[in-house]
Amino acid sequence: MSDEPEHGAGTEPVRILAPDGSPVGDADVGLSPEELRELLRWMVLARRLDRECVALQRQGELTVYPGFEGQEAAQVGSAFALGQLDFVWPTFRELAVALVRGVDAVQYLQYHRGTWHGGPYDPRATRFGPICIPIATQLPHAAGYALGQRLDGSDAVTMAYFGDGSTSEGDFHEAANLAGVWRLPMVLFCQNNGWAISLPSSEQTAGEIWRRAEGYGFPGVRVDGNDVLAVHRATARALERARRGDGPTLIEAMTYRIGAHSTADDATRYRDDAEVERARAADPIARFRSWLLAAGHADDRFVTACEEQADAFALEVRTGVIATPAPPAEWMFDWVYADPPPSLGRQRDEALG
Amino acid sequence: MTEWTMSGALNRALYDALAEDPRVLVFGEDVGRSGGVFRVTDGLQAEYGEARVFDTPISEAGIAGAAVGLCFAGWRPVVEMQFDAFSYPAMEQVVDHVAKMRMRVRGRVDMSITLRIPAFGGIKGKEHHGESPETYYAHTAGLKVVAPSSALDAYRLLRQAIADPDPVIVLEPKARYWSKESGELASDGPGIGNARVLRDGENVTLMAWGAMVARVLDSAAILADEAISARVVDLRSLSPLDDAVLERCARETGRVVVVHEAPRSVGLGAEVAARIMELAFDHLQAPVARVTGWDTPYPPASLEQLYLPSVERICDAARKVVAY
Repeated sequence: MSDEPEHGAGTEPVRILAPDGSPVGDADVGLSPEELRELLRWMVLARRLDRECVALQRQGELTVYPGFEGQEAAQVGSAFALGQLDFVWPTFRELAVALVRGVDAVQYLQYHRGTWHGGPYDPRATRFGPICIPIATQLPHAAGYALGQRLDGSDAVTMAYFGDGSTSEGDFHEAANLAGVWRLPMVLFCQNNGWAISLPSSEQTAGEIWRRAEGYGFPGVRVDGNDVLAVHRATARALERARRGDGPTLIEAMTYRIGAHSTADDATRYRDDAEVERARAADPIARFRSWLLAAGHADDRFVTACEEQADAFALEVRTGVIATPAPPAEWMFDWVYADPPPSLGRQRDEALG
Repeated sequence: MTEWTMSGALNRALYDALAEDPRVLVFGEDVGRSGGVFRVTDGLQAEYGEARVFDTPISEAGIAGAAVGLCFAGWRPVVEMQFDAFSYPAMEQVVDHVAKMRMRVRGRVDMSITLRIPAFGGIKGKEHHGESPETYYAHTAGLKVVAPSSALDAYRLLRQAIADPDPVIVLEPKARYWSKESGELASDGPGIGNARVLRDGENVTLMAWGAMVARVLDSAAILADEAISARVVDLRSLSPLDDAVLERCARETGRVVVVHEAPRSVGLGAEVAARIMELAFDHLQAPVARVTGWDTPYPPASLEQLYLPSVERICDAARKVVAY
């Protein structure tokens, strides 16, 4: 069946486009030319914003910022497959997913500006959960949310993002096990970007992450995470499978973290520049752009327009971020409880005078 | 008047909450088919079905984390951690998310989660089955913590916890599950945030919660024979504490003994003593005394009565405070 996930595809990641952009599989993933152009537009936009954020951090306008350069295809390709009512539970590195979901970038970046923890945007309206720093802890949330959606008779699917490092945490196991036992309508989407701060994925786990799905009783698939078409197709199939009630899928998208773990990290301390250069050669945006142009779905003018639009967007976000003030001091107290105790009210008075 | 065990009253509270609010879900380890290791969830699955009352894998972090996700989906989860020490695997979820999530989303989603934990010692339990974890939870901003001492009050506090928009940890004293109390069950009236005075007295106030309340009442009866009039306060709401009652009792009796099972150092008794000092220092006739478990791991069954505050230790502390 064409909508079955490619589990059993094996260690070699499922791929539609070779790193040079030449098709090695069926490039018809069910997207119109306009939608294919959208994929490129989002990836270009996301990379441009990511670089702007690094610059904003260097200029003191953001606190520590975790970049995602190199992971644009994994994030955009998967997010683009989501339905409007599907709900995302992100880590702290899914800014590109957030953009595709329609989350306001300036609101999102309040997190990294140090003006609010969690989700300054409305997670329920955007269907994009709060930014989550404690590794893998968003995965049980996703499981619970998926259960809640099913109890309400919704066919919405819950999408949980995590990294290779997360799979060493207990919460990954507990959530995957709940997903399997309860046959939850969810997709567990792992971006294996090769590194968890300084630990390479080879030292994170001795096995292959996608294979763990079998132990939980659902299919797993490994895709080339730098191939936006392969990511999109695998995600669309997993979503469809979940939507029709057949349970979860684990997708391992093989990608690479081009930058350091965050702006506070110096990756030259633990990895070779040569490795990074090899990864750059497998750039997801160049790959897709090359195919898109060769296939006649876009022309150079479109590419230039994407880049110009991305520049304008980055400037707009920069202006918005810089204009974001510290929150009112009383907010430190006002959201802790729906029904706050009198003792907290007294502390509030003491702090605010 | 009906006679209730605490286990039965808690069961009834869950039964009534499930009936009144279709968004209430009850889940945890062995809470469905078996009805819970202390029978608190007995019969609920048969009545309300497997969609609303269900068993989970042995997965405390998964249970607490799933409760967070369920709140986002508009449900009102009531979950059980099977025993006190087994709530620790869920600590990251409870501290990082259950407690903070409402703040993290600026109040857009309430964490209306009730976390029931059979807690405290005194039942000759195995290792890891007699812990008093109240300080961990009471120290965490965003949580509320209650510990009932009697059947009727357990019903009231659990109903209020389930109805509360904030996450509430309900520490159920295992040693009192089969204790009985007669009366009508009611969910309204002072509960979360309020201490209750169980016995009036003028010379000293004895404060306790959970299973220690019964020992404190026994102690007050003995002290009465010695012409020491002891007031007994069931603190029961450990976060928030009832500052008004702490202040009033300290002012009116001038002497306070606080009793808990947890180890003494950095126990909740220290917070009670500090608040009393802040609120009523000029009225104190003696330093606040603490009668507590020792700063040791909870001991094996054969030694637990040496560990737990005994009536003798409580009475001795009260006599010393009165004679100060």
